[in-house]
Amino acid sequence: MRVNLCINGQAVSVPTGCSVAAALAIAGNGVARTSVSGEARAPLCGMGICQECRVSINGVRRLACQTTCSANMRVEMTP
Amino acid sequence: MMDCEILIIGAGPAGMAAALAAAPSGVSIVMIDDNPVPGGQIWRDGPNAQIPMAARRMREQLAACANVQIFSGTRVIAAPVPHTLLLEDAEHGWSIQWKKLILCTGARELLLPFPGWTLPGVTGAGGLQALIKSGLPVAGERIVVAGSGPLLLAAAAAARKAGAKVVRIAEQASLGAVVGFAVRLVASPSKALQALALLSPQYRTSSQVVAVQGRGRVESLQLQQGGRKVEIACDRVACGFGLVPNTELGQLLGCSATPTGLVVNAWQATSQANIYAAGECTGVGGSEQALVQGRIAGLVAVADTAAAQNLWAERRRWEAFAQQLTCSFALAPHLKKLPQADTLVCRCEDVSYAAIQDCTSWTQAKLHTRCGMGACQGRVCGAALQFLHGWEQPVPRNPLVPARIGTLTASYLKGK
Repeated sequence: MRVNLCINGQAVSVPTGCSVAAALAIAGNGVARTSVSGEARAPLCGMGICQECRVSINGVRRLACQTTCSANMRVEMTP
Repeated sequence: MMDCEILIIGAGPAGMAAALAAAPSGVSIVMIDDNPVPGGQIWRDGPNAQIPMAARRMREQLAACANVQIFSGTRVIAAPVPHTLLLEDAEHGWSIQWKKLILCTGARELLLPFPGWTLPGVTGAGGLQALIKSGLPVAGERIVVAGSGPLLLAAAAAARKAGAKVVRIAEQASLGAVVGFAVRLVASPSKALQALALLSPQYRTSSQVVAVQGRGRVESLQLQQGGRKVEIACDRVACGFGLVPNTELGQLLGCSATPTGLVVNAWQATSQANIYAAGECTGVGGSEQALVQGRIAGLVAVADTAAAQNLWAERRRWEAFAQQLTCSFALAPHLKKLPQADTLVCRCEDVSYAAIQDCTSWTQAKLHTRCGMGACQGRVCGAALQFLHGWEQPVPRNPLVPARIGTLTASYLKGK
């Protein structure tokens, strides 16, 4: 079973039950955000503490590591 | 405004055990958890997770309790007035009133800054395990697991199972300390078997990460291994230095805490009336300890003190194990030299180690450099600087975590 969603404008298909953090890695380089000095950052703690994986999901800021992918989700990197 | 008799924060082993122990009394119980499904970190579910039978059974039992309501994907934002917490999920913000509160907020990894730790591909050790369980593909990748504690072996095993090549497990503790710990594990055979199954020829003691290099992501890592430096090519580095109890919510509510956790008495009661705590937020010690502490807290919350007291002996056994864990994997002082001048200490505000070198306290570092003032609210760098400089963290303030304006205004309007 797979789920179709959209990451940074690109259609992506991932296994059902995947977190958005995993989907970022499946779809590309795993990067979730750009830091205040312009560095690319990817999930670090994997458990909702560090906030490095914060992304915009359907327009709302959420943590990729604690969000399960669902059909037609729109995920965007956060600045 | 929602209300309940018993509110449990955290649905890991401690929280689940507390709910199941209290449920037969028939009182209304609400559980709040920030993960998509109950289980905490150790029983985190996902496409690549295998959850023990006992944990699955507990989850089913909870689902069958008509008086237990679980709100997953939900965070505690603030404690605006006594006996009330402000909550937020993906869509809503709301308040809940409680008569008894059980804190089962668990622990997080201690992540220490070192050159290259902000590169994509560097994660915590438990962090990598969690990400793999939730579907992160690592098949074919070369992975180095580093840091300290039994979690390194579990993370390496998870990576290997997912098809990765674990090229090195670097434990900072000495061989003597690790062997001493393993010998004492014989006292708890289930744990000893787990440890044996996890041991690997790539395991090295007295080894620590020096730096990670790569253009845009991890390409290699430098290790100090005994007296020599070695360089290892790899695709991912999973590095964690043990666990830090999540005491912030308890402290916000006025509960006494030490650096090792929330202070509780034999009844798992905190220093605040009607607030109990169980599991790793009261001190790191593994899931068995969390389960028995959770059961005691749940029973005490429904005034079944006799049944709670029957569990004291079992709790004492696991506490001895926890003590051993803490001593064996004590962090070597030279780990304080890990960060270099240009290493970012605060990843939220990109504050370098050099920028805080003249500061003498956490508050001064915040005021002068914005260190710890970003989205994680110092959860990562605050714990690191507690180890590196001995800087104490003040009691946290509302809100505890980033929240939507709508959640905060709803609380303000309805809280009146």
